[in-house]
Amino acid sequence: MVSEILEGLMRALALIVSGDRTLIEVTLRSVAISGLATILAAGWSIPLSILIGLGKFRGRFLLRGVFNAFLGVPTVTLGLVLYLLFSRSGPLGSLHLLYTPWAIVLGQAILISPIVVSFVTNTLEAVDPEIRSLALTLGASETRAHLAVLRESIDGVFLAVTGSFNRAIAELGVALMLGGNIRGVTRVLTTSIALETARGEIALSIALAAVLMLIVATVSLTMNLVQRRMNT
Amino acid sequence: MDKNRVIVILAIGLIAISASGVVYILQPRAEQGKQALVVSTTTSLFDTGVLDEIEEVFEAENSIDLYFISVGTGLAIQHAKRGDADMILVHAPSQERAFLEEGYGVCRKIIAYNFFAIVGPEDDVAGIRGLPPTDTLAKMVEKGRAGEAIWVSRGDDSGTHSKEKGLWASAGFDYAALRDEDWYRESGTGMGKTLQIAEEFQAYALTDMGTYLKYSEEGLVALEVLVGEGEELINIYSAIAVSPSTNADANFDDAVTFIKFLVSDEGQAIFSDYGVDLYGSSLFLPAVALLREEADPDVVGWIEDFAYIEGSECPPEYRADQQDLYG
Repeated sequence: MVSEILEGLMRALALIVSGDRTLIEVTLRSVAISGLATILAAGWSIPLSILIGLGKFRGRFLLRGVFNAFLGVPTVTLGLVLYLLFSRSGPLGSLHLLYTPWAIVLGQAILISPIVVSFVTNTLEAVDPEIRSLALTLGASETRAHLAVLRESIDGVFLAVTGSFNRAIAELGVALMLGGNIRGVTRVLTTSIALETARGEIALSIALAAVLMLIVATVSLTMNLVQRRMNT
Repeated sequence: MDKNRVIVILAIGLIAISASGVVYILQPRAEQGKQALVVSTTTSLFDTGVLDEIEEVFEAENSIDLYFISVGTGLAIQHAKRGDADMILVHAPSQERAFLEEGYGVCRKIIAYNFFAIVGPEDDVAGIRGLPPTDTLAKMVEKGRAGEAIWVSRGDDSGTHSKEKGLWASAGFDYAALRDEDWYRESGTGMGKTLQIAEEFQAYALTDMGTYLKYSEEGLVALEVLVGEGEELINIYSAIAVSPSTNADANFDDAVTFIKFLVSDEGQAIFSDYGVDLYGSSLFLPAVALLREEADPDVVGWIEDFAYIEGSECPPEYRADQQDLYG
């Protein structure tokens, strides 16, 4: 077992050093798709979190509960539901999104939205309410006051965004169901890992996983560094 | 550093990343400008890698982009029915017949065959080595009920699973009842994983030869072929296009082009050569010349018995005016 993992790691190193074209292509595609999904999800989830976390309206606890529940949605199930939606005989079939990278982007964005919403809402609520009232007393508009609270909880926002990117790039179900693992079009790191495992190419499979872990680690580290710069 | 400034810099960075991402994702398709042909295929063809080779040769000669979606035979047919695939490559004649009769499929061609095998531990506790398939299964039930042997089934409605159900029926057993017995285990997963599970339990399983040879060669399983070759274990792969009259959106013309390639001498040679250098024998045997020339009457007879529909690989009413496919 140890020898297989070691062989996989050596293989990973060899592939990276030699600049293997397929590996680079698949890796870039993974980063692009999951990066876009994260930006998209952050784009609609952060404003929604402000609404839920700082707003005062009926049903906001229910809404939070719903998002918390969807933290645990199985990726294959989400993939299946979206497949039925995007299928040519499904309600959005005419968009011809199925088996394109865009379908995966949308699917992953939906998958990680609950993570962003739950985490950001939580940190927003944890910020001292004095800050908001102080900003308002100092003559800030409602929007500006909200931004002030958001700035105070920036650490939590970073964590939410980093975590959701990592979840997106490491998930398999949505990419497989909506992308179809088509070579040169929708093949990403996780679907490659699943394929090579099924093909019995254990070393290659572990090599791909090592690359995936490397990306996740790099992204987390970079975000950490940026965060530290901001806090000093 | 000022927080606002960092946020601005970050935002610019993110926009740059997303813009390059958009360009990157869009680029390959825009550049090629090729027609896409979506082919839903059984895993046993795809996982062996033979389709990668076919894709390479075919795409070099045609301006068609092959999109292979690798799923079980059951799901491949579902995809095609829902309009999400232009054609299918499958290996379950009974499901194929229904697909044609329901009006979804046309232009069926038998492209290749090989044999399923029953594999098990080297010491063969159940003592099935060399028995005919039906006797093998009777023995499996006997030894299984005595607590001496375990059977691992795919249990996933794949072509291989369909075959297994058919074998139980022809051996006179009720598959639905067997499922609940202790010695009968369903893996619910692909062939490779199922072989590994069988290995773990030192159990018996039905496998396609392609996956078995690959896993055995890589040293991933040590199970041995105990029962192989013979009429009951034949495994026949067909290509079927989605009917343009059922689904006007289907890329029918390119599907026909691809089927013609698969049955051409060039396409057939890829099947017969694939894997010879790695495994010492080919994983798939070409079927077209065999059926045309009746080179091996035994095998031809088995294919006719098992995979022909009303005496032909595709009855005339399902040929969609593509007579030249049937020479």
